[in-house]
Parts: sequence; structure tokens; C-alpha cells
Amino acid sequence: MPTDSAVRSASDTLGAKSSVNQAPVKTAASLGMVSCHYCATLWKDVKAHDHCGRCGARLHQRKPDSLNRTWAFLIAACIMYVPANILPVMTTASFFGEKHDTIMSGIIYFWVSGSWELAVIVFIASFLVPLFKLAVLILLLIMVRRRSNWRLLQRAKLYRLVELTGRWSMLDVFVVTLLAGLVQIKGFATIHAGPGIASFAAVVVLTMLASISFDPRLTWDIARQESGNQV
Amino acid sequence: MQEISGLIACEECDAIHRRQALDHNEAALCSCCGAELERDMSSYSKRALPLTLAGLIMYIIANIFPVVEMKLQGIVSRTTLMGSVSTLSAEGMPLVAFLVLVTTILFPLMQLLILAYLLGSINRTEHLPAFNLLARLAQTLRPWSMVEVFLLGTIVTFVKLTSMATVLPGAALWAFGILTILLAAVFSFNPRYIWQVASLKKGEKQNADG
Repeated sequence: MPTDSAVRSASDTLGAKSSVNQAPVKTAASLGMVSCHYCATLWKDVKAHDHCGRCGARLHQRKPDSLNRTWAFLIAACIMYVPANILPVMTTASFFGEKHDTIMSGIIYFWVSGSWELAVIVFIASFLVPLFKLAVLILLLIMVRRRSNWRLLQRAKLYRLVELTGRWSMLDVFVVTLLAGLVQIKGFATIHAGPGIASFAAVVVLTMLASISFDPRLTWDIARQESGNQV
Repeated sequence: MQEISGLIACEECDAIHRRQALDHNEAALCSCCGAELERDMSSYSKRALPLTLAGLIMYIIANIFPVVEMKLQGIVSRTTLMGSVSTLSAEGMPLVAFLVLVTTILFPLMQLLILAYLLGSINRTEHLPAFNLLARLAQTLRPWSMVEVFLLGTIVTFVKLTSMATVLPGAALWAFGILTILLAAVFSFNPRYIWQVASLKKGEKQNADG
């Protein structure tokens, strides 16, 4: 990020200024326009199955089937979350016998052995972030289903945070891959990847797919309909 | 179907805004939800290609040399990223190995090659084969290339092993560090601006010709 970057808010929104509750904000959908998801070009009079004239992408008013797809990925992620935390992610074989490590015992090992900075990093990336993603996406979906007007701006910020942090959960998958590749000294110490890491990787991929298929505009659509009806 | 050039819709809340002329390095934010609408690309378009090429060189170093070296009882063990992936695959985890392969090796390489191709050929006025397809692909791949997460992973691995054996950072670890910084600079902007840069260059060219 360049340090001298100045940020300006586009204050001349057509119609209302900023708050949703004062007057309905003009949206692309309400004006019959569709914005290309890839190159952000705005089009009018779009027919079904039209492609963007600039980049050739299929144009959609909203991400197709967003709620169902997001729910499907999320439910699958919730199921995989259980084995990801119970099954061992790696097995260490050395003179002292075999040791099975789960995600949590790996974090505790860092904490006990004195490198608490790493314990905190791994705790955030492997434990807090997946849990946070599942919780936030479920909350956002339920709020859309209940046609809720509650804390729109905070919900938009939560979604942005989920998009930003999601990928960092892959940390443990990379650590186990490197350890399994490196520690292969026969007779002294060997490390093998355990089945837990496959479930954990599945959780990360499924939650990323869920956050990609969720359309944050659905949150605002409902709020604007409601405020439009009140006025 | 008709293009509306003076307006822009917020990607996250669909509010319509007027496109504003942006100064150097300025960004416009949505007044409704705070998401970024667009960003000034003038300085980026100049340095993007050299950064991409430097990234490709670092990518090669990062994948040829070992990432970490370990000494235990006089036995030295070292591994490259590819070596780790093939070990994991041989141990009966082909799917996880495939995931690591695409997120740390394949997708970053594809992104760098696509960007080098797009940026290198952007000055030509004729229509390029697969330009749109590749530019869209670069954008789709963006969340899935995880070099910076992998770098943090190597650091965690490194510290984890220090209690067990003597560990030395390999040449690739430094290369990954530099690659992370380069990729952060290259991808600090959304690849969707490639179309903006392309039309900007075409406009300049037409002005020069006319």
C-alpha cells in the first residue's frame, strides 16, 4: 500500500447522502442497471444471458443462487470442522515413541515451550479465524433470511473482515506439509501428516467458497426495500 | 445493451455513484457502506510490469532451492516446496498435496505469467487472443494464491524445529520473503483495473496517432 495514498469518499451519491434510513439510496438494481462483476463496467437494458461488452463475463444482477450455495458450503464446513479439531493433524515418531498432535495440542505445545508469540499467531489463524468465519457467515445468512435491518454497516465490515482473514487459516496445512517433507530421518525422527489436516484443509476451502458465493448486496437490498416501504 | 460510463455501482451494496476524477494514488470509497469504488492506477501501470518480471525471477529461485535445512545427529535433511508436496502425496494425502501445490506453486505462477502477458502486450492496439479470458482468470485466482500465508508457515515450521534439531534457513526462504513483498505490490490492486489501464493506453495511443 502506498503511504501517500489519499482516500476520498464519493460524497455525491445520487439521491440521498449517506444514511439508508433517511431516504432510499439509488442502486444499480433500482435503476435497471447491472454492474459487471469482473471489470465494474455499468450496463443498462441487459437481457438474460447477456455478456459484458468490455470483458466478456456473464452479467448477473446478483451472484446466482447466492444464499443456497453459501448455506451448502457452510453446512459442509461445519461438518468437517468436527474431525478437523478431533483427529490428529500429524504424528511424530522418535526414540520416545509416537506422539499424535491435534490443532489445539500444537498450539499448547508452542505456549508451553515458551514461544508464546507463535502460539498466539497459530491460535488466531487456526482456531479463531475458522470459528469466526463460520459464525459471521451464518449470522449474515440468517439476517438476510429474516429481512433484518440490524447494524448494516457493521455487517458490511464483518463481511470484509471475513474475506480478508479467511486465507490465513491455511497456515497449519503449510506447516504440516513442510514438517512432513523435512523430518524424514529414518530411525531418529519422522513426521507424518494425519487425517485431521485433510479435514482442516476442507474447512478452509469450504469457508472460502462460502464467503465468495455470498453476495453482500443482498444485505442492503432488503434494508432498502424496507425503508422504501416506510417512506 | 448500453454502457453507462459516467457512473459506477458499489460492488458490496450496489449504490450508484458518479465516477470522479482521481488524483495521484487517490481512492474513492462508497459513501453508503465504505467499500472501495475505484483507485487511481496511473503510477501502478508504470511499475507493474517490472515488478511482475522480478516476481517471476524470485519465483524460480524460491522453487529450486531448499526452504529449510535441518541437522540432526550429523544427518542433514533439506526440502524444497515441491519435495514436501510429493512426500505428502506419497504418504496418502494426495488431495491436501494438490491443494498445497495449487495455492503455493501453480496459481502464483499462473498469475505472474498472465500478468506479464497482459501488461507486456497492453501497448498494442490490435485485439489480443484470450485477453479477456486471462484477465478474468487472474481475478478469479487471486484469493487462492497464498504465498504470504506459506511464508508465515515456513517461519512457524522453523521455530517448531529449533527445539528438536539445528535448523538453517534455505535460499528459498529468503526468495519467498522477497516474492511475498513483490506479489503484495503487484496485487495490491484489483486485477479488474487491467481493463482500465488497457483502455487508458489505447486512448493515449489514439491521441498520439491523431
